[in-house]
Amino acid sequence: MSLAIRGAVAGADASRRAHRGPWYLFRRFARNRLAACGLVVFVGIVLTAVFAPWIAPSSPIKTDFATYLRPPGGAHVLGTDELGRDVLSRLIYGTRASLEAGVISVGLAIAVGLPLGLVAGYYRGFTGNVLMRFTDAVLAFPPLILALAVAAVLGPGLAKAMIAIAVVLMPVFMRITRAQVLQQRAREYIEAVRALGAWDRRIIWRHLLPNSMAPIVVQGSLNIGGAIITEAALSFLGLGTQPPTPSWGSMLNAAQQYLTQAPWLAVWPGIAIAVTVFAVNVAGDGLREVWDPRTR
Amino acid sequence: MLRFLFHRILQMIPVLFFVSLIIFVLINLIPGDAARVFLGEEATPDAVAALRHELGTDRPLYVQYARWVGGMLQGNFGHSFKDNTPVLPTLLQKIPVTGELTGAALVVAWVIAIPAGVVAAWRQRTATDYGASAAALLGLSIPNFWLGIMAIYLFAVDLHWLPASGWTPLTVDASRNLRALVMPACVLGLVLAAVVMRQLRSSMIEVLSADFVRTAKAKGLGGRVVLIRHTLRNAVIPVITVMGIQMGTLLGGAVITETIFAVPGLGQLAVNSIYTRDFPMLEGVVMFSALSILLVNLLVDIVYSLIDPRIKLAEERS
Repeated sequence: MSLAIRGAVAGADASRRAHRGPWYLFRRFARNRLAACGLVVFVGIVLTAVFAPWIAPSSPIKTDFATYLRPPGGAHVLGTDELGRDVLSRLIYGTRASLEAGVISVGLAIAVGLPLGLVAGYYRGFTGNVLMRFTDAVLAFPPLILALAVAAVLGPGLAKAMIAIAVVLMPVFMRITRAQVLQQRAREYIEAVRALGAWDRRIIWRHLLPNSMAPIVVQGSLNIGGAIITEAALSFLGLGTQPPTPSWGSMLNAAQQYLTQAPWLAVWPGIAIAVTVFAVNVAGDGLREVWDPRTR
Repeated sequence: MLRFLFHRILQMIPVLFFVSLIIFVLINLIPGDAARVFLGEEATPDAVAALRHELGTDRPLYVQYARWVGGMLQGNFGHSFKDNTPVLPTLLQKIPVTGELTGAALVVAWVIAIPAGVVAAWRQRTATDYGASAAALLGLSIPNFWLGIMAIYLFAVDLHWLPASGWTPLTVDASRNLRALVMPACVLGLVLAAVVMRQLRSSMIEVLSADFVRTAKAKGLGGRVVLIRHTLRNAVIPVITVMGIQMGTLLGGAVITETIFAVPGLGQLAVNSIYTRDFPMLEGVVMFSALSILLVNLLVDIVYSLIDPRIKLAEERS
């Protein structure tokens, strides 16, 4: 067998490995017990958010001044807050703001960063260079400080906080996409497609994009946790979700003032954030292990 | 070396241009007129127009941008909307506080992360490794503002060991300064410890499988010598290079910890200037934090090329 043929056979073998179906990937993912647990917990939290009105024992915004700052137990399993609202119900509804912030802001960052990354990777030269210096500049800001500044400019609110988080995350996806494109476009198959007369747009959307997806999705799943924490931090500072809508960050902010009288108020939202983010992080880590070619 | 330095500084110029442009555009997107904010709703149109002329906000945007950048190059960062004091002296007054806090946090982070990362990599795929890695992931999942509140409850409200908040400068009273520093530095350092530990673990694992480590082992060197002298020394380099990213994490974390513990540093200044809509001050803080990250990156690159000659060669050859 000549060297060339042997190389081709090895290449075919590698591509077969890369194209194993989703079921194979899922089985490998499930073998990592921690990651599987993370996924189960995350699905549970998503279901809690979706079915919040049916799960929550009472309204998350109904105030009752007769029963304010009640310790956990009795009719209010996790106690009541300074306005007599049921903490458990607020916690359950709070999943919505956190999940929306985590998933939508990352989705938005990908939706903007990915096309820009494709352009920067495919059209090198001036356009690519300008785009890359721009991402360098965005990455030069401390993420939370940039998010704060953007949120301050846009004004308070969950949707605006999500935009602020997306702005901070966007360059990350742009860089990963660009790196993928640079790697892929050097491959022979792209040359072959171009020799067959394919247009740039077709090469980008039909060939470069699908082959660049894995690291982007993995990075996205790893960033959801960070986005949830950032939204909570913005809400904690009063720039995210606005009252009376319950969110874990703003619940912590309010709880800070009642630390001596009602310390339990500060305990539950923190645990909720930590559990959610931990679940997302271990699931994302597991996903990276099975899907990212660099660790395979 | 000089060529490398020159090249590296030259690369910073377009980045700095975009950094200043982003800040300028952001601040100018804010609805409302600075002069009106400054004078209040009851000001006469003439007074507003006069102040706009004085502030220069009646000029075209590119003129305003050029004047702003020109001022900064001369050390003039503008004046606070709140009390008309110059921004730069206020910044300079806050920098040592945040510097002390982040420095202490960095020490906390490395003291925890280096042993944890080394042990996790050395005992890879054992209960120790899984435990340490899970702890690091948990560290990344716990929001630092919650950690801060819990620390205040436990050590200040419940045990009365440490002050709940407040700050005494180092120059005034060293022991009170230390007592005020402990909680914020630990809270800030723990999250970073998780980041550093994960990086160190993966780069240790990579180096441990390198040929020279196998050679060292084959020579009959003891496990500890190979681990510390051969592996850790090489593995710590990539961890140092991401100091720039860590700097961003630290400054962002400082915003939160300074707010919770009432530490009068840059982070608290940033949050307060958002609350009072003092945008020149906010511009100054954001500009300074971006600048310090870029400088840390430059410094890391210089130190890096001094430690590891391979980098410099690769840079000069390209």
